[in-house]
Amino acid sequence: MKPPPFAYHAPVSVDEALAALAETGPHGKVLAGGQSLIPLLNMRLAAPSHLVDINRIGELDTIAARPGGVRVGALARHAAVERSAEAAAVLPLLRQALALVAHPVIRNRGTVVGSLVHADPSAEMPAVLALLGGSVRLARLGGEREVAAADFFTGPMESAIGPGELAVSAFFPVPPPRSGTAFREVARRHGDYAVAGMAALVTLDEDLRIAAARVACVSVGPAPVVIDLSDACGRRPAASVSWDAVAAAVRDGIDPDGDIHATAEYRRHLTGVLAVRALKDAARNAGTEAVDE
Amino acid sequence: MSEETTRYLVTLVVNGVVREAAVPARRLLSDFLRHDLGLTGTHVGCEHGVCGACTVLLDGEPVRSCLTFAVTVDGHEVTTVEGLAGDNELSPVQRAFTECHGLQCGFCTPGFLCAVTAFLRDNPAPTEEEALEAVSGNLCRCTGYQNIIKAVHRAAEIQAETQGRPEDRGGRA
Amino acid sequence: MTTKLFGEPVQRREDARLVTGQGHYLDDFGPGALAAAFVRSPHAHARITDIDVSAALDVEGLVAVYTWEDLPGALAEPLPLLIPHPALTHGRTAYPLARDIVRHVGEPVVMVVAEDRYLAEDACALIEVEYEFLKPVVGVEEAVQGAHLVHEDVPGNVGAHLVQEVPSREGRSAADAIDAAPHRLEFRLDIERSASMPLEGRGVYARWDAGDGSLRVYSSTQTSTSVRMAVAAKLGLPLPKVEVIAPDVGGGFGVKIVHPWPEEILVPWAARTLGREVKWTEDRREHFVSSAHERAQVQHVRVGFDDEGRVLGLDVTILHDHGAYTPYGIIVPIITSTQLLGPYKIGAYRVEFSSIYTNTVQVTPYRGAGRPQAVFCMERTLDRVAAYLGKDRTEVRAANFIGPDEFPYDQGLIFQDGRPLVYDSGNYPESLRMLKEMVGWDSFPEMKARAAAEGRRIGIGIGCYVEGTGVGPYEGGHVQVTSDGRVHVSTGLTSQGQGHETVFAQIAATELGVPIERVSVVTGDTRRFGYAVGTFASRAAVMSGNAIALACRKVREKALRIAADALEADPRDLEITDGIVHVAGTPSASIPLATVAVLSNPLRYAFDEEAKRATQFSGTSAMDRPPVDEGEEPGLEGRDYYSPIRSTFASGMHAAIVETDPETAEITILRYAVVHDCGKLINPMIVEGQIHGGVAQGVGGALYEKMVYDEHGQLLNASFMDFLMPYATEVPRIETAHLETPSPLNPLGIKGAGEAGVIPVSAVIASAIEDAEGIPIDRMPISPSDLYTLRLRLAG
Repeated sequence: MKPPPFAYHAPVSVDEALAALAETGPHGKVLAGGQSLIPLLNMRLAAPSHLVDINRIGELDTIAARPGGVRVGALARHAAVERSAEAAAVLPLLRQALALVAHPVIRNRGTVVGSLVHADPSAEMPAVLALLGGSVRLARLGGEREVAAADFFTGPMESAIGPGELAVSAFFPVPPPRSGTAFREVARRHGDYAVAGMAALVTLDEDLRIAAARVACVSVGPAPVVIDLSDACGRRPAASVSWDAVAAAVRDGIDPDGDIHATAEYRRHLTGVLAVRALKDAARNAGTEAVDE
Repeated sequence: MSEETTRYLVTLVVNGVVREAAVPARRLLSDFLRHDLGLTGTHVGCEHGVCGACTVLLDGEPVRSCLTFAVTVDGHEVTTVEGLAGDNELSPVQRAFTECHGLQCGFCTPGFLCAVTAFLRDNPAPTEEEALEAVSGNLCRCTGYQNIIKAVHRAAEIQAETQGRPEDRGGRA
Repeated sequence: MTTKLFGEPVQRREDARLVTGQGHYLDDFGPGALAAAFVRSPHAHARITDIDVSAALDVEGLVAVYTWEDLPGALAEPLPLLIPHPALTHGRTAYPLARDIVRHVGEPVVMVVAEDRYLAEDACALIEVEYEFLKPVVGVEEAVQGAHLVHEDVPGNVGAHLVQEVPSREGRSAADAIDAAPHRLEFRLDIERSASMPLEGRGVYARWDAGDGSLRVYSSTQTSTSVRMAVAAKLGLPLPKVEVIAPDVGGGFGVKIVHPWPEEILVPWAARTLGREVKWTEDRREHFVSSAHERAQVQHVRVGFDDEGRVLGLDVTILHDHGAYTPYGIIVPIITSTQLLGPYKIGAYRVEFSSIYTNTVQVTPYRGAGRPQAVFCMERTLDRVAAYLGKDRTEVRAANFIGPDEFPYDQGLIFQDGRPLVYDSGNYPESLRMLKEMVGWDSFPEMKARAAAEGRRIGIGIGCYVEGTGVGPYEGGHVQVTSDGRVHVSTGLTSQGQGHETVFAQIAATELGVPIERVSVVTGDTRRFGYAVGTFASRAAVMSGNAIALACRKVREKALRIAADALEADPRDLEITDGIVHVAGTPSASIPLATVAVLSNPLRYAFDEEAKRATQFSGTSAMDRPPVDEGEEPGLEGRDYYSPIRSTFASGMHAAIVETDPETAEITILRYAVVHDCGKLINPMIVEGQIHGGVAQGVGGALYEKMVYDEHGQLLNASFMDFLMPYATEVPRIETAHLETPSPLNPLGIKGAGEAGVIPVSAVIASAIEDAEGIPIDRMPISPSDLYTLRLRLAG
C-alpha cells in the first residue's frame, strides 16, 4: 500500500497554485490535508499524475467569523475551525458537526474545504454547507466563482469543481435570528462515517413557534439531501408538532441505498428518527444559540 | 518514471535533532521516519489512516504519519515515540502505560503514547469521557483499552505530581 | 525481594523497550533489504492463461520477478498440510505461487523483488495476468450443493466429514434420547466470518550467508521452530544451517501459527537466489485477502430435555466454511464439536460436521478457535430450553453442571490433540454464584422494570464455557546460571504480547530463589532453543511455564549439590534466597549462586577473578574424582520438557447487561462481568489483561466484525474503514473476578488463559439482546440494522 509516483508541485501562493493547476489541467489534483486523498493513493485507487500541494500557502489558512457567517480558507484544519471560539459563537453548528468528523487526530490534519471538495455523501461538512445554503469559492487562473452548495455537490464524490480550479474557501452563512441548529448521527463505531445522520436548522417566530425547519441528511443519497420541513412542522411550538408526520416527511424525501453496514429500509427509518431528534435539539437550541445581535 | 527519480531534500527537526534525507515526493512520512531516518519506533498498521499506530506529533499536534507526505512537512518539527522520554527517564505517559499494563504486543503503543502526550499537555486533568475521546482514534487489538484509559488518568496524576519539574512534562510544543 | 513472585502482579519486563520505540518488530530489521511484493489474484476462481511481466521490467529498481514456473524442487510443490486427520479425506493446500488456478481473491500469483516496496508495487501494477473465469463458490450452503467445485477433485466441496457420538449412560443414542425426551426443540444458528487481525501483519526477512551456506530468517510467526523445519525442507538446506527468529511480534491471535506461509519460504529462497537480503512486510490489504479468517459456521441443533431443563439428548450438525484450503487441517471444527458441551453433562450427544471448501480466504484458528461457535450453540440452546420451560436461564445451567466432585470428568469425546476429552478440575456452581452476585442477576428483573418505566429496553445475558488449554505435545525450557549470577532462560515457543518474558522470569525467580532482575528470558529464537511447538491454544504458560519450572528444579538440585560440597553440608539442609545458597537457619554458612556456577565448570584458564576459583590449582576439586564426575556435565544449567498426558481445562462465565434503543436499534453494553478460572495465577495483572483483550475481540465478533463476501467471492470490506474492529469507545468496562481451581495435571497447577476472554461473548450478548427485545437471536454478529430487520420481521 504505497502511493504511485506523481509529479509534485509545491506552490507558496494561490497564484502559483492556480498556475500549476492550469498547467496540469485534468491531470492535476490538489493536496490539502490529505486525510481522504492519501488513503486512496496508498490503495492505488487514485493515481493523479500531478499533485499540487497547497500546504505552504499561508494565505489559505484562515477562519473569518463575521456576523453574517464564517468563511473558512482552504487550509483551515478541522481542528482549528472546531476550536475557533469566534466561529462557534456565530455558528454553533460548525463545532456541533466537526466533533463528529472522524477522530481528533484526523481533524488535526484534514481541512474543512477539502472535505467539501471530496464530496462524500456520508460526510458531515457537506451536509452543513448544504443545510445553511453556503457556498464554495473556486478560483482559477484569471478569475473566480462562488458556487452555491446546491450546485456544488453534484454526486457521490463529485463536485462542481473543474479542471484548473482551486477551492480557496467556503462560506457558511449564519441563519436568521431565533434559529437553532443541531447535528445527529448514528455511526457503526464512534468516529466512523455515519450510517445516517443530519444537520438540522429550526427558526422560531416571535411566539416561539417553528417558522422554518429543514434538515440536510447524510448517507442517504448521492449528495447531502436537504429537506424543507417547515410545512411538516406546521408553525407550531416544538412541543405540539406532530413529529411522526415530520419523520414520515423525511422518509419520503430520501432514497437511500443499502450497503454492508445497513439496509436501505433501516437507513430510511433511522433518518426519520434522527431528524426528529435533531429538530427537537435545534428547536431547543433556537432559544440559546441565536445569533449575537 | 521521471516522477520517481526526482528527489526532494526533506529536512525535519525530529526529536529535537535536525535530520534530512533526499526522497521522492511520494515518500510517506511514516516510511521517511522508519526507513530513511531509521526511527523504527513509529509503526505502520494500516496505511489508510484508521489504526493510528503511526501517529506522531507534527509541530506538537498528533497526526497520522501514513497520511502525510514527508515532503509536505519539510521544515517542520516532528516528535516520535523515541523522543518522548527524557534523559534516562520515561515520560509520565510512558510510565503510566507501563504501570497500568496499558500495552501487550506493543505495536499500537507508540501511536497511543504520542496521542495521549499531546492530549494531556492540552488537558492535564481530563474527565473519563475526555480521556476516552482522546484515544478513540487508535486501534489496539490486545488490551481491550481498559488499561489504556486507566493509563491516561495515571499519566495525568504523574504529570501533576512532577509538575514542579518542568523537564518531566510530556510533549514538545 | 526474591521469594514470592509467583502469583504477584509483577510489572512487565517487556515494556521498557516497547514504550520507548526500542522494540524490534519484523519490519524494523534489514534497513537495506530488497523489498518483495506480490501480484495477487483479483478473482475468486479463475484459470491463469497468461502472465506478461514485460512492462514491469522497465521499472527502475526492479531486481527479480518470479512465477510458479521459476520455483525449483520442493518449492514448486503444494504447501504442507500441517495437521493431517483421518477425517480430512480431501485436504488441499495452495502452491506458494498459484499454479494454473487461483481459488480466492488474494492468492499470490507473481512475486516481485525490487529496491524498495514502492518500486515493487509499481512493478506489480504493470504485470498483466490473463484469467479465464471459473464459477466462484461462495457460502457453505451453496458450496455443499456441489454444483460448482473449488477443487475439481473434491466432490461436493466436502474436505472433511466427522461424526462423534456419545451415548447416554443408559446406552441411548442422541436421536433416541431426543425422541424419548419430554420436550424437544429444533433450530438453526449462524456465525459469520471474522479474523485475528493483529495490528502488525505478517512479515519475513531473510539473510543468506553465502560464505558458510547458512540462512537466517526473521518471521512474525507464532512458531519459529517449525518455520525453521519447513524452510530447511523446502529449500533443501541442512537444518543446522537455518535459524529462525520470531522478534517482537505485533499480535498473532492465531493467524501467525499457520506456516509456512508462501512468503515464508519464497523470501528466504529469493534471498539465497539473489544473494541479497530480502524482506516482505505484509500490508493491511494483503492481510485481509491473503492470510486467514475464521468463525463462519451454520449449525443445526436438535435438543431433548426434561422439565428441569436437563439436556437428555443433543444433536448438532455443523457446516464449517473452510475457505479455499486446509493447511491447518480441521482443528477448528473439531474444537467446535468437542468443546460444545462446556461445563455441562448431558444425556447423549451426537455431533457431525462437514468442512466445506469455498472460494474465499482459508480458515485457520483465530483466538478461541472454534469455541466461540461452540459456546454460541450450547448457550443459545440452553437459553431456548429456559425460555420454553419459563425458567430462569441460570437455573437451567445449574441443572446441567458437572458437579465439583465429579472430576476428572470424561466427556467421552476425542479432543483436538487426538486424546480423550477429560476435564481435570473445575468448580462451575461456584463460578455461577460469583457471577450472579457480581452482576446482580437476581435483582435484574426490578432494574429492567424500572428501565421499562422510563421507556428504555435493557436485557441481561449469560454464557459459560470450558476451554481445553495447554495442549501438547510438549514444550521445553533451558535455564543457565552464569558465573556472574545471572539466570538465562530460554524456551522455543514465541511471544506476541502475552508477557512471557515476565511470567517465565517470575517462575524462574521463584523456583531458583533469585531476584527477578537477574533473570532474562528469550523466546522464539532457534539459536537458543531448537525444540518447540508454538504459541497457540492458550498453551504457553502451561507448557513452557512448567518446562521452565522443571528445568529450574534440575538447576536448583545441581546447585544445592555443588554448594553442599563446598559448604560441607547436606543438600537437604540448603535453601536459596536472593541468589545465595545457605544452610537453613545458619545464614552465615552460604555461597552465592554465582560462585556455585563458577565451581560447576572446572576450568584450565582464568579469564577473570571469578574464574580463578574454578581452575586446576585452586584446590577446590577432590583428587579422588574426575573434575567432571560421571553423569555430570560442566556448567550450572538444566534443560527439561513438559509433555502432559492431556489438556487442562480452564473455565469461565460471563454476563452482560445491554441496552437497545427502541427507535434506532443501537445496541449498548452497559455492564460486562467475567468470572474466570485458569487455575493458579502466575501474574493476575497479565491474566486480566488477557481477559480484557479477549472480551474486546469478543465484542467485535458480537456486534461489529464480519467479513462480507459478495457472490463473486469479492471481499467487500477489506479495510479498517469497513471491517469494524472496536475502538475504545465500543468496548465496555470489564469487571473481573477470579476463581483458582488448580490443575492436578501439572507441577504449577496452572491452566491457560490466553483465549478465554473471547470465547463466550457472542453467546452472552445474544442472550442479553434476546432478553431486552424478546426476539430470538440466532445469528451473530448483530448490527443495529440487523436488529431493526428482526423487529420488522417480528412485527410483520
